[in-house]
Amino acid sequence: MTEEIIIAGFGGQGVLSMGKIMAYSGVMQDMEVSWMPSYGPEMRGGTANVIVIISSERISSPIIRNFDTAIILNQQSLDKFEGSVKSGGILIYDGNGITRHPERKDITIYRVDAAEEAGRMSSPKTFNMIVLGGFLKIKPIIKMENVIKGLKKSLPERYHNLIPVNEKALERGMEIIRKV
Amino acid sequence: MEKELRLMKGNEAIAEAAIRAGADGYFGYPITPQSEILEYLMEANPSRTTGMVVLQAESEIAAINMVYGGAACGKKVMTSSSSPGISLKQEGITYIAGAELPCLIVNVVRGGPGLGTIQPAQSDYFQATKGGGHGDYHLIVLAPASVQEMADFVDLSFELAFKYRNPVMILSDGAIGQMMEKVWLAPQKERSKTYPEWATTGKPPERERNIITSLDLDPYAQEQFNKKLVAKYNEIREKEVRYEEFQCDDAEYLFVAYGTSARVCQKSVQLARAQGIKAGLLRPITLFPYPSVRIGSLAEKVRIILSVEMSAGQMVEDVMLSVNGKVPVFHFGRMGGIVTTPDEVVDYLKSKIIGG
Repeated sequence: MTEEIIIAGFGGQGVLSMGKIMAYSGVMQDMEVSWMPSYGPEMRGGTANVIVIISSERISSPIIRNFDTAIILNQQSLDKFEGSVKSGGILIYDGNGITRHPERKDITIYRVDAAEEAGRMSSPKTFNMIVLGGFLKIKPIIKMENVIKGLKKSLPERYHNLIPVNEKALERGMEIIRKV
Repeated sequence: MEKELRLMKGNEAIAEAAIRAGADGYFGYPITPQSEILEYLMEANPSRTTGMVVLQAESEIAAINMVYGGAACGKKVMTSSSSPGISLKQEGITYIAGAELPCLIVNVVRGGPGLGTIQPAQSDYFQATKGGGHGDYHLIVLAPASVQEMADFVDLSFELAFKYRNPVMILSDGAIGQMMEKVWLAPQKERSKTYPEWATTGKPPERERNIITSLDLDPYAQEQFNKKLVAKYNEIREKEVRYEEFQCDDAEYLFVAYGTSARVCQKSVQLARAQGIKAGLLRPITLFPYPSVRIGSLAEKVRIILSVEMSAGQMVEDVMLSVNGKVPVFHFGRMGGIVTTPDEVVDYLKSKIIGG
């Protein structure tokens, strides 16, 4: 099993940390993982993206051009990466701020309106966990218990009181994701 | 003690491995994409645990000269930087090589020349392997291709540096520095309580003074010293070559690549083989000494060799020397901070070499 994922959005949306939690969850499940960020000026605003690979085998290239799954959180990233999803792959996006929706017919498209939901839950920072929950519903490659372990590993201990809120956000994401 | 499993960036792995290897001192100056090494060490503050000194110097030049001083005292010391900063350190590096002192220098390479870009590149190969400073000298150069190797090569570097009294460079790049992977960390080693017999630690009555210098005004004596260095480099060439092969046994098309490019090419081998093209990969782990003999013997059985590196073509010259005209040798790679993708390598092989 190898899952090649790109997560892309605005800097500050929690793109890199979502990738990190995903990668740590993979480690907790005894998988091989790699987390390759775009780094540099993007970090100071603009777009950010990270390639996460989770595999049962040794990972060859951490840098790839085509993905099994694209998780897209803004319009620029949708324009940039819609074409990079492998035929038969999946694209998950948040509709917030999207004016041109994905159009490809050879991939499966899902929508998870996490920004709106996070607002409704009055916890905007759990936005990325709602998205991650949606992804795990579609691709249950990591068990929930390992995701919680991954969260514990990647959050500093002083934030461990927030784990139940994040867990709830993951569950909510699983509920609200829908096929387009 | 057992090894510990973590998910870390390559830069962080180097920093943690330095503490665990029992290093005595780190002297650095921040520059992207390697600043996490200094940041991690500052936060870990090993002066409270192992007693390791971590110091942000006022410049790269100051940092390398602190390394020179620490190494002269027989201490396990290191520095790190990225391309423009490594250029600044070159004077210190040639002095350290000339004084035959052990140390570790980490270069997390970014695109050049000049300030270039902050994205990954492999365009410092000549500088690292052919002597970036003046005079006839070599560094031992290790090229990690994973976060695990970033950690493992720190201890290995110190071991080789002290064995040969020679500076060692870890030649990495921005991609491996910034990437996170699983890493098994070695248990904590104790810092050494003894000094090598050549170290300048003060003169006790029972021996002559130890002198550390790279200066000899007598040309005959200097030539003898140069011959001694040549003999040392030859011994290193004989004993310390390291490389890894990936599906080379039946390969007709051989990629040679190190570091990030080797990871990319490993996928290219899989993609090519899925299309019926028998590709293989030789990954040099040491860039000095270079695995010339092995590449030379593989050249007897393959059709062509493609050197893949993120540069205008530097390592390809060592591949050509190793192959010595037996088969055609080509170069492919992106520059300017763009990482070559696995498909691009296969496309180049198919369109320019097999079909060309």
